[in-house]
Order: sequence, then C-alpha cells, then structure tokens
Amino acid sequence: MAARLKQWIESGSPFIWLSAGAVSILILMVAGLLLLIAVNGLGHFWPAQIASFAYVDDDGSKIQLAGEFADHELVPLARLPETDSRVPPGQTSVDRFLIKTGNRDFLGLDFRWVLGPAMSNLAYPDEMMAVERREWGNFYGTLVEIKDQTISAGPEVDLWEKMQRQIADSGRIFDQIRHIEKNLIGTINFDMERLRLRERKLELLGIMEAAEHEEISRQGVVLQSRYTQLTDELASLYEQFNRPRFSARLADGTEVELPFASVVHTYRPNSMTIFEKTRFYFHKLWEFVTDEPREANTEGGIFPAVFGTVMMVLLMALIVTPFGVVAAVYLHEYAKQGPLTRLIRIAVNNLAGVPSVVYGLFGLGFFVYFVGGNIDELLFPEVLPTPTFGTPGLMWASLTLALLTVPVVIVATEEGLARVPREIREGSLALGATKAETLWRTVLPMTAPSMMTGLILAIARAAGEVAPLMLVGVVKMAPALPLDGNFPYLHLDRKFMHLGFHIYDVGFQSPNVEAARPLVYATALLLVVIIIVLNMTAIRIRNTLREKYRAAEQQ
Amino acid sequence: MAEPNSSSRHSVLADFHSPQAIRHRQWRHIKDVLNRYLMSFGGVSVIIAIVLIAFYLLYVVLPIFKPAQVNLITDYPAPGDKADATMFYALEEQHEIGLRINKSGQADFFKTGGGEVVAVIDLTAWSPAEVTAFASGDPAQAMLAVGLSDGGVILAQHQYRVTYPNDIRLITPSITYPFGPEPIIVDASGNALVMLAAQWDGEQATIAALTADSRLLLLNLRQEESLIEDEPKLATLASSIPVEKNISHIILDVDQRELYLADSDGYISYFDISNKTTPRLIQKVRAVAKGNHITSLEFLSGGISILVGDSAGRITQWFPVRAEYSRKGFVSIDANGYLGIYHTTAHRTIKLARLVETPLRHVAIAPRANAILAEDERGNVQFLDVANEHPEVSWQSIWGKVWYESRDRPEYIWQSSSASSDFEPKFSLTPLAFGTLKAAFYAMIFAIPLAILGAIYTAYFMAAKVRSMVKSTVEIMAALPTVILGFLAGLWFAPYVESHLPGMFLILVLAPFTVLAVAWCWQLLPDSTRARVPDGNEAILLAPVLVGSVILALWASGPLEVWLFDGNLPYWLRQEMGITYEQRNSLVVGIAIGFAVIPTIFSISEDAIFGVPKSLTTGSLALGATPWQTMVRVVLLTASPGIFSAIMIGLGRAVGETMIVVMATGNTAIMDMNIFQGFRALSANIAVEMPESEVGSTHFRVLFLAGLVLFFVTFVFNTIAELVRQRLRLKYSSL
Repeated sequence: MAARLKQWIESGSPFIWLSAGAVSILILMVAGLLLLIAVNGLGHFWPAQIASFAYVDDDGSKIQLAGEFADHELVPLARLPETDSRVPPGQTSVDRFLIKTGNRDFLGLDFRWVLGPAMSNLAYPDEMMAVERREWGNFYGTLVEIKDQTISAGPEVDLWEKMQRQIADSGRIFDQIRHIEKNLIGTINFDMERLRLRERKLELLGIMEAAEHEEISRQGVVLQSRYTQLTDELASLYEQFNRPRFSARLADGTEVELPFASVVHTYRPNSMTIFEKTRFYFHKLWEFVTDEPREANTEGGIFPAVFGTVMMVLLMALIVTPFGVVAAVYLHEYAKQGPLTRLIRIAVNNLAGVPSVVYGLFGLGFFVYFVGGNIDELLFPEVLPTPTFGTPGLMWASLTLALLTVPVVIVATEEGLARVPREIREGSLALGATKAETLWRTVLPMTAPSMMTGLILAIARAAGEVAPLMLVGVVKMAPALPLDGNFPYLHLDRKFMHLGFHIYDVGFQSPNVEAARPLVYATALLLVVIIIVLNMTAIRIRNTLREKYRAAEQQ
Repeated sequence: MAEPNSSSRHSVLADFHSPQAIRHRQWRHIKDVLNRYLMSFGGVSVIIAIVLIAFYLLYVVLPIFKPAQVNLITDYPAPGDKADATMFYALEEQHEIGLRINKSGQADFFKTGGGEVVAVIDLTAWSPAEVTAFASGDPAQAMLAVGLSDGGVILAQHQYRVTYPNDIRLITPSITYPFGPEPIIVDASGNALVMLAAQWDGEQATIAALTADSRLLLLNLRQEESLIEDEPKLATLASSIPVEKNISHIILDVDQRELYLADSDGYISYFDISNKTTPRLIQKVRAVAKGNHITSLEFLSGGISILVGDSAGRITQWFPVRAEYSRKGFVSIDANGYLGIYHTTAHRTIKLARLVETPLRHVAIAPRANAILAEDERGNVQFLDVANEHPEVSWQSIWGKVWYESRDRPEYIWQSSSASSDFEPKFSLTPLAFGTLKAAFYAMIFAIPLAILGAIYTAYFMAAKVRSMVKSTVEIMAALPTVILGFLAGLWFAPYVESHLPGMFLILVLAPFTVLAVAWCWQLLPDSTRARVPDGNEAILLAPVLVGSVILALWASGPLEVWLFDGNLPYWLRQEMGITYEQRNSLVVGIAIGFAVIPTIFSISEDAIFGVPKSLTTGSLALGATPWQTMVRVVLLTASPGIFSAIMIGLGRAVGETMIVVMATGNTAIMDMNIFQGFRALSANIAVEMPESEVGSTHFRVLFLAGLVLFFVTFVFNTIAELVRQRLRLKYSSL
C-alpha cells in the first residue's frame, strides 16, 4: 500500500488531479455566481405568498404579523444576544426568518427578523392583499371599503373589482398629470430658459435694440399665460386624483385609510393561480425594464439607467471606431516598422492595463475642467457662471470611455490587418491600384469582422465600467433623459444614469438597503446578460473569422 | 515596345495618354496622398492623445512641489506719522489696503500699492492716557487691543467694506469698537499696562494684561441681551494670576481657554482659563535651550499650536496633547533681513529670501496668504506678492510620518477634509498605498494558485472539446463588470463569510483533500471502468465532488463554530485572540479581486503553456518521463516567462481595481496586515473623494498624484510583462 502510494505520488498523478480541481473550481465559481445573480434577480418579481401568523414579541406580548418571507437562517444560540425564554430548551440553534412586513408608514420598518419557535397559527388567508405604492413601500392588509370613487360601478361588481377599476382610473389621471408636468411644463421651462439666455446674450453683446427685447418679453408673456393655463388644469386633475380613498385593515386589526393616488397596483397573491402569477411576473419584469424608478431608486423600474447606458455606449462607439481603426491602420500600414512602432505598440497594450479610475481622473481634469471650461467661455458665455460643458456630462463620459477602450479597438484591428494575407495586398497593387485603393477596397473590408470584434469588446467593457463614470458624468437621479423633444434633442451636456452606477448607488448608498437588494440583483442580472451577450457575439465572430482565414491559408 | 495598332485591337480601358486618363490618374494619386496624410495625422494624434494622459497627470501634480515665489512689488517709506514707530501692520482680504498702527495709537489705512494714506483714525481719541501696550487678536476677527497708561484697554476691530461704484472695486476701511470707544478699565488701581493679550469671538472678549507693578490681570467681558432693557448689559469676570519671573510674552488662544506666558528664562507656562475666575496652571516647560531666550511667541492658525522663536534663530512648534490665517503656514523675519515662509505640517521651508540688509521689524500677511507687507529698521515698507498655492504638502509629508497637531506621536494619516478652516489637512498617501498593496497581496494569494494550476491543466491535460468550453467560460468571467463583483462581495459574500467563517476555512482543507481522495480511489478502480471516461475529463468528474465538499463544509460550519468557538467565531477572535473582525474585510476583498484577476492570469499563462512546441513535450515523453514530469521539468520551465508576465499583468489589474475595493471594504485608512480588517486603497480613494474636491486645490492635486502613482505602477508592471512576452515569442519561434 505504502509503496503504491509512493509510486502514485511520484507519477505526479495527484498533481494533475489537483490542477483539474482548480479548473473545476473556476468553472463552478463562474456558474455559481451567475446562478446566484439569476435566482435572486428573477425571483424578486414572483408574487410571494403573504403569511399571517401570531408571534410572541421580545417583551413577551402576543402580536399578529403579516408579510412575505424574505430570508431564512439557522442561528447558533450563542449569536443571540441572551437566553430567550421563547426558545425551547435543549436546542443549539434556532430558525430565524426575515419577514417583509411592509407598511413602513405604520410600523416604521419594512423588514423584521422573527424567531421560528415564537411563531404560531401560520396561515395564508385568501383575502390578504399587497398594495404597491408610490411612496412608503408595500402595504399588506385586507380591504374594507372604498370611498369617494371617481367612477361609478354597478352593484353587481364586487369590492375587489371596484378597487381594480378605480386604480385603473387613478392611473389614467396620473399619466395625464405626468404628461403635463414632465412634457408640457418641461418644454415651457426649457423655452423660458432659452429666452432668458437670449436676453442675457444680447446684454453681453451690448445690443440695446428695443425690438429684440420687446420680442423676447412678448414671447415670455405667451409662455407665462400657457403656463398658468396648465397649472390650472393640473390643479383640477390633482383634485380628482387625490379624492378617492380606500380603507384597509392591518394584521393587528387597526383600520387605516389610504388614498388611491399612491397606489400603483394591488394583488392578492394567496388566491392567484399559477397562470395569473406568471402573467403578473412578466408584467412586473416588463415594468422593471421600462418604468422610471420610485422612492430614491429602491422601487419601480430602471428605464433611465438602461437608456443612459445605451446612449453613452453608442456615443462612445461612434467616437472610438474611427479613431481606433485609423490608429491601427496607421501603425500597421503607414508607419515605418521599427523600434518606435514597437514602443508604441507596447504603450498601447499597456494602456489597456491602466486602471480605469485614472482615465476618470484624466477625463475630469482635462475634458471637463480644461476643454469644457474653455468651451463654456467661448460658446456659452451667457449661461455662466452655471457651467454647460464645464461640468461632468454625457459627452465627456463617452469621450473618456472612448479613450479607455481605444486600445482594445486598435489591438483587435491590427490583429485583423496582420491576418490579411500578403498576396491579396500585392495582387491589388500589381493590378495598378494605389495604396489607398488597396486599403479601402480590399484590406479594410477583410478586416471588418475583427474591427467588429474589437468594437463589441470595447462596448462590453464600457458598459460595465463604473469608476471613471463616477467622476465624469453619472448621477444617481437624472432629472431628464439626454434625449428628448426639446431642441437640440440630444443633450450632450446632461448628466445621465447608468446601470453599473445604479447597482453601486442603490446597493450601497440607499437608505433602505434591505428593500432595495432584490432590485439591485435584477439590475445586475440585466447588466450581466447584456455584457455576456455582447461578449459571446464577439467570441463567435472571432472564431468564425479564424476558421475562415485558416481555410484561406490552407488553400 | 511596339506602337499599338489602333485598328487591330480596341482596349477596354481609356487611352493611357488621353487627358481624361491622366486627370483620373492624378486624381487617384491625390487621393492616395491625401489618404496617407489623413491616416498618419489621425494615427499620430490618437497616439499623442494616449501619451497625453501621463503628461496631463504630471502637469496637474507638479505645482504642489513647486517652491513659492516671492516678488517685490514696491517699496516705500512707512506711511502715516513717521515720528512714531510702528506697532502693527495688517492687510485686508484683497491686499489693496494696509493698516499701520503706531506707538501713539494712531491707525493709518494706506494703499499698499504706493503707501498713500486713505484714512487716519486715532484709536485713543476718547482717552487722554498714553499708549503703553498693544496686542492683536485672532486675525479672522481683525481685533486690536490698545493698553493705556491708566490701566484701561480699548478694543477695536478694523473692517473693510467693499462696494462696486461704476463696476470698480472700492474698499472703504473703518474701525469699530465692540465695547464702545471708551477704554475698558482692566486695572482699577490705575497702573499702566505694559503687556497685553486679547481675543474676541463676536460674543465675548478676554483680556490678559500685565501691569507696571507686575500683576497679571484677566478680564472677561460678555454682552448680555436683556429682555427687559433695550441696552445690552456688560457682564464681566475678573481674576488675577500671580507671576514670579519677568514675563516677556503673553498669548491667549482663539477660544479663550488657554493662556501662555513666556518668561525671560525661556520657560513657557500654560494656563487653563476655561473658568475665567479661577485660572489653573497646567504645565511649565523650558521651551528653549539654556542661555537662549524667547524672542517671539505666536499661535499657529487654529489656535492649537504655539510657535516659539528663540535668540538662536530656531522656531519650535508646541501643542498640548489632547501665521497664516487659514492654513498651517507661518512667516518669520529675522535681524539679518531674511524673510522665511514655512509650513508646519509639511515640515518645510517654502521660501527663504533676504529682502534687505537691515533687520526686519514688522511683517503682515494678507488673509489669503498671497501678499506680505514687511517693514525694516529704517522704516521702509516692502510690499511683496506671494505665489504659494500648496504649502501643506511636501514629498516627506506625503510619504513619511508627520506629527500632526493634537496627536501624541508622528503618524501616517489620510484625512483630507473638514468643515472648519483651522483643520490641519493630513495628506499621507502611505496608508492608501499600503491598502492597495494589501488588496493586491490577498488577491494574488487567492488568484495565482487557482489560475496557474487551472491554466496548466487546461492547456496540457484537458480534452480539446472541454478546453474550448472552459476558455469561453473564462472569457465570460473576464467580462463580468467589477461593480457586480463588488456588489456581491459587499452585500452577499461579506455577511455570508461572517456567519460561516469556520466553513470558509474548512473548504480550504476539505476541497483539496476530497480531490486527492477521489484521485486515489480512481486509480484503484479497474481499468475497464476507467476507460469509460477518456483522459482529460477529470475536471468534469470532480465538479460534483467539489460541490459536495463545499456544501459539507458550509453545513459543518455552524456545529463546528458552536463546538470550538462558542458559537461565534468573529466574537471569539476578538475576545481570545485580540483580532478585530470587520464584516467587509481583506479576505472578502481578496477573493473578489482574485476572482476579477483570475481570467487575466489564466488566459495569458494558458497561451504561454499551450504555445510550448510539441517537439519538446513529445521528446520528453518519449524518453520515459510521466506527463506530470514533462509538465514540471519541460513545459513549465519553457513557459515560465509567460507565466511571470501573466502574474505581472494580473498584479497590475489588482492594484488598479476600484469598484470592488470601494464596495467591499470599510474604506478606512488603517495600516494593519490583519486579514479580517479593511483598508482604503488609492483607487477607491480617488473615486470616493474626487467628486467633492475643489478644482486646483491641494487635495485635488494630491488625488491626481495618487492617480499618477497608480498609472506608473501599472505601467511598469505591464511594460515588464510585455517585454518578457515578446522575448518569449522570439524564443518559441526559434525552437
């Protein structure tokens, strides 16, 4: 046996197994991580059952609680603060459940930990309803009655259906209000600001012509009257919006009254069928991707962040492609090959390894303060001292990330150029084509897939980068999208929201981390999916490309 | 070549010499040249833009190491009444107007540009007594105190009103008296006051005065608003301090709680006067060497430290353990006409310049520390412009230990911001660099074995089909945004590790052990069974076993903790071992950053191992070496430069990693190698502090310096790696 063991060790076989173990661990880690994100991110939207149970509180009083089970852990008794009479003797560890009780406006907290042994009479009553609200988080309770409805429903309609109809109607009014506030009044404010800037510009230029000023004030009056009209309309809508209310009973039996104005939707998960739950699930998923965030980003959707990420990445791609390709073509086709180009290649390669936060520093110092500050002085003197481009914004973020990813594009394009067989170039030149023609008509088209690969990798990197963006333009809550209906439509100077920063901000800076956590997982999942899809595409393109050239070489 | 026969053959091309063809060729030529220039221009400018980064960072950083500039603007004879000697100079915020107070108590406001007097106010207009002492309070309050021969004191403030008639700045100086222009009686017995110190903070004033008959009197005045009477009442508290020796200097701190007396023997006495009626002597120390005496005693701004100048020409800083206006800098003048600008934190002489041959007697600094007014013995005033933007940092204060105010020993501290102006900024990059290295160290400990062992197996032993799958998985791993890794590390992994700490260490033991056990059992199996799984699939075989061992370890964690560590390992560590445990600690960060750098190290070393020429390995195998022996003695040896460069590049990435460090550490700048504690890294510090840093300030530039350090460190690592790799490529191609 011992001899066999010795021989076995000498053959090196255990080391091979150990290294195989390392590969296994790597794969398991990646798979586990993706699984963790996927389960947590996707699970959040499933309508969870609402439990109702009696509980013996810390001080020994009996209370009734209701809510969703959010988490469970097995705690060794030693971790509990002190011996608890509620724990049966002889146990070394105890079950502890995290209950999402909601009702923050009545209970003070959304979540509470409860001890398993102190729970009793666990039930899932059908009539328990969950109300998603625009403020104060979820509400859990039972519906009692509806007051001051704005729509009339016949007596044959039951209370629950009445509530649904009222919510739909309130939602309609809410959409109207939002349209007026965001779009119509937003445009008026935008125009007013433009007028003010025009006046200031005239002042700066020293133009005192009365006609100009009169025109401006005339337009101002028109805008003002339109504004008053809209505010009147808003006031009447708000009156309608705030009137209907409903009363509901909390778990402990107290009856409370809530306005319909704060309700997004309600559902009774305990009485829902699987089919209804699935429909509800996809509805919520869709809402998550297309809706605006609520309650300091901890509820609602992430549409502005998705939009901001896409805008920023698109702009970056627009900038990085020509520059990266031109630099690669220059390095490979035009520059004299020698120690200098070798040095440049090393430098370009190295820049891909420079920490991204350093690029952020450069972007902030050079682009924002130096270039942006000068642009402001030259082109927008009337806005000063409020900076236009002299402050972090979309354009600078795209430029900074373009600089960050330009080495990726250069390296990929150069690789592609190197793969174009020499004979093709020579053939083209022999036929009398100029170098430029050879380049544009034969070499570059053949390189296109590798440029594509470089670009996709650049986009994937840019989409996941956060540290530099924190310095050059990302904010937790952007008041407006960078693209809207007001001239010049694309606002390069605006700050924007970003998926990666959203994860950081909501996960670490929000006041209610526990409530926001599932949303962060969902956001992370979305980001991971985007990036993996982009990378897979790049890998796919690269592999087919390799096959193609291998085939060409073998001919 | 013969002339082409025009009738026999018609070319499809236009005639070579036709004007049209020539024009077309010229146009193509122009396009070609244009294209060349365009590409060259574009390419070179992109490369320049890239190089610009390093130079721009350097350009922002350099000013902090630039010495101060002191330029003489003008000099002129002392303004105002020449007959009486000067007692005091001051400058206002814009350093346009200066103030000179002479021995007879007359305040002359003058233009600093040429010395023209713009206003004259006699401070002692309401008193017939002579001026016998003078003191100035906290520069921020612009307080002056004049001691009189009849035991009275006049408190006055010099103030400046800035108006813009016709868009031109006009500064109007004035004098106000917070307690009225009549003298406040300090010594009721009417003795002359020979020495004085006074402070006023807008509500209350404290005066310490030495009378001609050597009594030290302390007087506290407070305006009390009365509900019944309209006139504010004046509340006074008075006491006296017995003194033995000849007092040479008296100073009072801004908060009016400390009083320092210097005597002619070089001792300084420190009194606690928080209670104005019962002053208490706290300490008496000799501040200068025997034989020397104290020539000057001043507070550093902020009123914590005192500066002592002695007759040997030394200046020492003292502060109890518990100038310029708003920075910790100060200016000194000496009998040889030298003017020196110093900074205490940076431990640095910023400028030493000899202005005149004769001794300098008075000096005043503008509130923004950008101008100096100095008067020499002959009554000549020099007005100097000072360009001194960043006095608080030096190479030493950034990397070395500094003895900061109110600390009991020199330390490395990073503490960049505070609301109040008397805060001493602490810019030591050492703890941050330490944090960065600590993160990189733990990350590499985690990443190197896994990545390199994995690369060895994947490149050399693994079946081709599985290999391509593994490689794309690792590529996906490389693409995972670090913000997601950081978020998981901070919010999921850190709490999980805290509650399953014994399990984590158990995995470390259990996982390799189960792998070896499976390997042993595998070779015991009959060949027929083993043949069913082809070689190179060990990794797949091991996956379920490893999952099992991890689950087992985590399941055993709780009971193990109860059994060995009283049910709470972090608490046990603190109690029994004295090791502090933070939830977001280096273990968590090390694993997270390790996870981020594994793909880099893995891919590069896998490439290097895979690229080892087959002739070498087949030769070795043919000579009878086992696969593992071939691996270790032939393949690894050949590929070692590639693996080295992989580690270097991985290290560069670990050093620059930002989001993971921001999210998964406590971000406190402590220097402690403890794996259960957090740190603050350079990169995280930049990301967190940059958005709120004021442009062009010292803090801003120090953060750029941190960026520059990161830039250079990663650049050096990557360059070494790149050079090694290029040599390796040459070697492979020659084999």
